[in-house]
Amino acid sequence: MSTDFAELEAQARRVRAHAIRLATNGGCFLGASLSCADVLVYLYDRVLRVSPRRLDDPHRDYLFLSKGHDVPALYGTFVERGFFPAARLRNHLSVTDQLYWHPNRAVPGVEFHAGSLGHLLSVSMGVAMDAKLTGGPSRAFVLVGDGELNEGSVWEAALVASAKKLDNLVLIVDRNGFQANVATETLLPLEPLGEKLGAFGFSVVELNGHDFGELQRAFAELPRRAGRPTAVIARTTRNKGLPSLEGKADRWFVDLSPREVELLLEELGGAGHASLTSEPLVVR
Amino acid sequence: MSETPSYQSALLDLAGRDPRVLVMTAENRAAIRDLPAKLGPRFIDVGICEQTMVGMAAGLALRGRVPVVHALATFLTLRAYEFIRTDVGIAGLPVKFVGAVPGFLSDGNGPTHQAIDDISVMRTIPGMQIVCPADDRELCACLPQVVASPAPTYVRYNATPSKLEHAPYALGRAEVLAEGTDLAVLTAGFLTPKVVDACAILRGQELDATVLNLRTLAPVDEDAICAAALACRVLVTVEDHLLIGGLYQIVTEILVRHRISVPVVPIGLPGRWFQPGRLGEVLEHEGFTPARLAERFRAFETTR
Repeated sequence: MSTDFAELEAQARRVRAHAIRLATNGGCFLGASLSCADVLVYLYDRVLRVSPRRLDDPHRDYLFLSKGHDVPALYGTFVERGFFPAARLRNHLSVTDQLYWHPNRAVPGVEFHAGSLGHLLSVSMGVAMDAKLTGGPSRAFVLVGDGELNEGSVWEAALVASAKKLDNLVLIVDRNGFQANVATETLLPLEPLGEKLGAFGFSVVELNGHDFGELQRAFAELPRRAGRPTAVIARTTRNKGLPSLEGKADRWFVDLSPREVELLLEELGGAGHASLTSEPLVVR
Repeated sequence: MSETPSYQSALLDLAGRDPRVLVMTAENRAAIRDLPAKLGPRFIDVGICEQTMVGMAAGLALRGRVPVVHALATFLTLRAYEFIRTDVGIAGLPVKFVGAVPGFLSDGNGPTHQAIDDISVMRTIPGMQIVCPADDRELCACLPQVVASPAPTYVRYNATPSKLEHAPYALGRAEVLAEGTDLAVLTAGFLTPKVVDACAILRGQELDATVLNLRTLAPVDEDAICAAALACRVLVTVEDHLLIGGLYQIVTEILVRHRISVPVVPIGLPGRWFQPGRLGEVLEHEGFTPARLAERFRAFETTR
């Protein structure tokens, strides 16, 4: 098993750069995009049996982005994986294309639309269930936000996933510690999250969602336990890769000036520490 | 009259002929008790989890399945409404929702169970078909066309037997159950046989009514509605639904759009829950037995 992740790290840095470039002229949800970027890069590069050439293959693996507003990281990953050219990202928020703040199926590679929290665990379970019924090899991966775990529908679906023994289902929690405006633990505390999901019948692994070695160990063998859905709690940092913004509660959605984009790209590359002057935005 | 198949035998027959068909429920098994043993893994009971059921149905439909989702009408259309709208509606997936005990059929349950706003909320979803069978035979007759259609569809479950003789079923087309020129009564679903009986009473009093069984409210047979309005002096709509968002408004919107000016008398639930009780007593209390409907039609006819 390769332990040299230099190429993955470079790829993740490029995905983050794509997301930062989308954070202007209308902006985007940068914080959650940067927290899940490493997980998405790892999944598309090393785990998911899907590629631009097999988007309609019924035997492919499916990834569902349930929180949805982290889609800039998915767009960036798709560009890096060759799903569509980087030039298309310039259409972000243009009414002439379908690249907006939440994912939709008009974008090659997007399996389902999202934006309303607490939906895609159950949708992904329908896909996992059909793969079970047909005996197909497809697996369903669903990335949820930790704030999204406020929604009762997630827990309802978790009960059913366990009851139906969907061991071809992998729930990944982007545990960046924040919901839109506040830290998760100050509003509706989720901990002990691993124990909760375990009690719901999931085989749970908690890891550093920015450490490719830990991601490699967690996804090396699925299902982790026969007959049980897997839950991966990926501890991450909001705005990871931009020390000036990391862990900032008020930098969830940002609409940056072109100059600020350049500063953040420099910071991402390891040069300097950007000081943003644009207004912190809270849009929920 | 040919032997009437049951709802579950109709579903079983469809599932036998079409491997895409699955039956799902949120533990509402009264009408589908035989299906778990007969459908095996193609019968999916998620427990009392309407939202998860609808989300899963969307995922199954993404994979090419046609899920028939059977649950109590009010919890299906309201508890899981956003999942229907967002997961099935936005994607335009062929999920078939069957809402049990709609309208007066919730009899003694009380307002929590009264699906008298289900048509109103479901018709706001772009592309959603709404099917209202008049009796058990129409319920079974509609199912093959509902399943064959690529559109998301809501069926207002009604397996009540009746003596009606139906024209062949065509989704989106009304059937004429009686012809007259004094008034036209437009209805769909459970109340249709009551309306036919009410008009038979009026015929003995020399008042001839057309009875139009609309069968589906989305799509709705606009031609049949306009023809009835032009042929008769007055229209009456009869529905076990709130007057907001249901048959009355569907019909009046069409008449306005076609610039047809006729009086339309709404008979339905005027902004309140109905009095729960035994079904026969509910119909009597609320004025929906054939005799009470005949009186209400006649009262309008003689005072206008």
